[in-house]
Amino acid sequence: MSTASNTQKKGGFLAGTANYLDERVGVAGILKEFGRKVFPDHWSFMLGEVALYSFLVLLLSGTFLTFWFQPSMAVVEYNGVFAPLKGAEMSIAYASTLDISFEVRGGLLMRQVHHWSALLFVAAAGLHMLRVFFTGAFRKPREINWVVGFALFVLGMAAGFTGYSLPDDLLSGNGLRIIDGMIKGLPVIGAYTSSLLFGGEFPGETIVARLYGLHILLVPALILIFIVIHLFMVVIHKHTHYSGPGRTDSNVVGYPLMPVYVAKAGGFFFLVFGVIMLVAATFTINPVWNYGGYDPSPVSAGTQPDWYIGFLDGALRLAPSHLEVVDAFGFTWAFNILLPMIVGVGLLAVVAVYPFIEGWVTGDKREHHVLDRPRNAPVRTAIGAAGVTFYAVLWAGASTDLIATNFKTSLNQVLTTMQISLFVLPVLAFWITKRACLALQRKDREIVLHGRESGRIVRLPHGEYVEVHEPLEEFELYKLVDFKAYQPTLARPNAQGKITIRARIRAGLSRFFFEDRIMPVTGSELEAAQHDHGPAIESQETKALH
Amino acid sequence: MAIQKRKAKFNRRSPIAAAIVLAAGLLLSGGGYAIASSAVAAEAAPNAADIAEGHKLFLANCASCHGKNAEGTQNAPSLIGVGAASVDFQVSTGRMPGAASGPQLEVKPVQFNASQTAKMAAYVASLAPGPAIPDASLIAANGDSTRGGELFRINCAMCHNAAGAGGALTQGKYAPNLMGANPKEIYEALITGPQNMPVFNDANLTPADKNDVITYLMFLESNPSPGGNELGNLGPVVEGLFVWLAVLGGIIGITVWLGAKSN
Repeated sequence: MSTASNTQKKGGFLAGTANYLDERVGVAGILKEFGRKVFPDHWSFMLGEVALYSFLVLLLSGTFLTFWFQPSMAVVEYNGVFAPLKGAEMSIAYASTLDISFEVRGGLLMRQVHHWSALLFVAAAGLHMLRVFFTGAFRKPREINWVVGFALFVLGMAAGFTGYSLPDDLLSGNGLRIIDGMIKGLPVIGAYTSSLLFGGEFPGETIVARLYGLHILLVPALILIFIVIHLFMVVIHKHTHYSGPGRTDSNVVGYPLMPVYVAKAGGFFFLVFGVIMLVAATFTINPVWNYGGYDPSPVSAGTQPDWYIGFLDGALRLAPSHLEVVDAFGFTWAFNILLPMIVGVGLLAVVAVYPFIEGWVTGDKREHHVLDRPRNAPVRTAIGAAGVTFYAVLWAGASTDLIATNFKTSLNQVLTTMQISLFVLPVLAFWITKRACLALQRKDREIVLHGRESGRIVRLPHGEYVEVHEPLEEFELYKLVDFKAYQPTLARPNAQGKITIRARIRAGLSRFFFEDRIMPVTGSELEAAQHDHGPAIESQETKALH
Repeated sequence: MAIQKRKAKFNRRSPIAAAIVLAAGLLLSGGGYAIASSAVAAEAAPNAADIAEGHKLFLANCASCHGKNAEGTQNAPSLIGVGAASVDFQVSTGRMPGAASGPQLEVKPVQFNASQTAKMAAYVASLAPGPAIPDASLIAANGDSTRGGELFRINCAMCHNAAGAGGALTQGKYAPNLMGANPKEIYEALITGPQNMPVFNDANLTPADKNDVITYLMFLESNPSPGGNELGNLGPVVEGLFVWLAVLGGIIGITVWLGAKSN
């Protein structure tokens, strides 16, 4: 940086250090490059940061927990301070979790910090993904980064699940048993896979140690690598920005990393950290001492996974029972388990490949750095709303019992309602969202062409009443007119003169996406509108005023 | 551990054997109850006047559904043989008299005072022997809470949740939250099996076992979580809602604040 070279002339400790580092690792060049990186300012661009900071908190609190946690399933007699478990037989893993909670100074706080930030990590990542989706930030050149982000979301779920099972309490054991059941439900390989994973029959004596290895080594390492790739790609692509005056697909409008964003992001880290600490210090999460050590015979009412696995649990609960086909082709086919797994994995797969589907349908090979307003891509926004609704019903499906007891309804009716909702609500959400987007676009057009309703009613000399419309400032117009509207493409014959099925599918999808569309206001339309109405109203207005 | 084991030692084909078993069983259980109820009778000492008073209360408040002689009607079961414990549980928790028929009787403000409840209980107990109101020594909550916790997780947690927070049953029925229930109510519920709850008799869970369970529940009730607000002890669903609405919601508030500063 330039300040470094300035202070260098004056000498002093700081300059000396800067010069020392610059001569050895070229720090000036790095700072020059990174410090000048420009980031646009918008609250929705900070959601990914929240996930990143939660991850840092997870690393710190997790390291603390590894000092005391012992991932062993060997049986001991508990002799700690928690009275209702004194003398009970339990695994060392559960006993050490109790010790962390009751006897290690700050242990319970750190456990709660770790668990709350895990929930926050996945939640923030999910919300960040939704922001990216609804603003079209996944379009070229960022498709691969979308997939990397998706991998991070799935890895977050994996990290959460492996961690959830470590305390070896009744709740996590029940959860693990469900996973075991799902694995065993896989045709052909199920029983073998379960046996390999658990080292024999469930629960075995090794699963906690194995999950621990995954939880503290492999999964966090993968998350870290993917975060580096994710951020590296942000640097390569530069950040997207919302449309506005002077913002195009070939620039970024915002503030430089140094000093604005370093200060801002640094401060934001401590704010997020502070919120997590505050919540962890005042709200209990996963009170393992209530659940007792894992014993395969009891199952507690209200056993649920953490929220990010909830949609899979919900899928299992919503699946109709009695779908098993016993002894077909020599195997048992548990479709009541396979179907929910297909739904869950299928939903994730659609999320992962969506950018490529949309890119193929539009055929748009241009780079996009200006974000879409959700209303300007009605069908994408509607697909997103339908997907969110589908996920939400599955998610709510994981708490059918709590919904039934807390709203005093029948569990069976809640379940049936959700089974129907799973198919009906996404269609409704799609239709309503698409119509709402188109209506908002029409409103935008109206505002651009005829100005904003001012609420002032003027009576003309011949008795007619009109409302004065105030034309928009040019500055405001950018936001409303700066978007691209695609047109549906027709299926074209290839070189052999044949229209392939692929082309037909693409044409069909293109029609689905872009059949209903509102075109952005063009310059000539704007000019024509101003000639027709603008001066007329303005002259009437002046007449009325004088 | 709380599962009864039945062993068929008799030749079941012989009708005489069956009759003998039946007679022996009836004699044993009837005799046992008679001894138990007489033991309670000695302590609570309901006299004929109390029973008569209880009968009046019964006729005025219960007979329309349970029948004039507690023989039951189409709308409600017979109360002959349900015992004083059952009456005490249902009436002193406000479940009875029921406000409306539904999947399950709701807890509502208690309608009778302790003396009235005792008189009605005495009347119903006078009809036929049945489970008596537990003696204070049975519900002292001075047992082994570790063992109580273990028994609770095995016998109760599948409906009432491991932390006693309650849970859903089929068709609108539910297992209520146990936090707030007193030892007497818990003991009475165990021996009478109100509503959808199974009976845990003394062969299933001995009085000492029941006291252990009560000890455990009383510990949970008097020792709130050291980790702060419990969010209803409802588990991961509430934690997930909380993280989305309160934590992430709060942080979005911060991002909007940070984003707005520069404009």
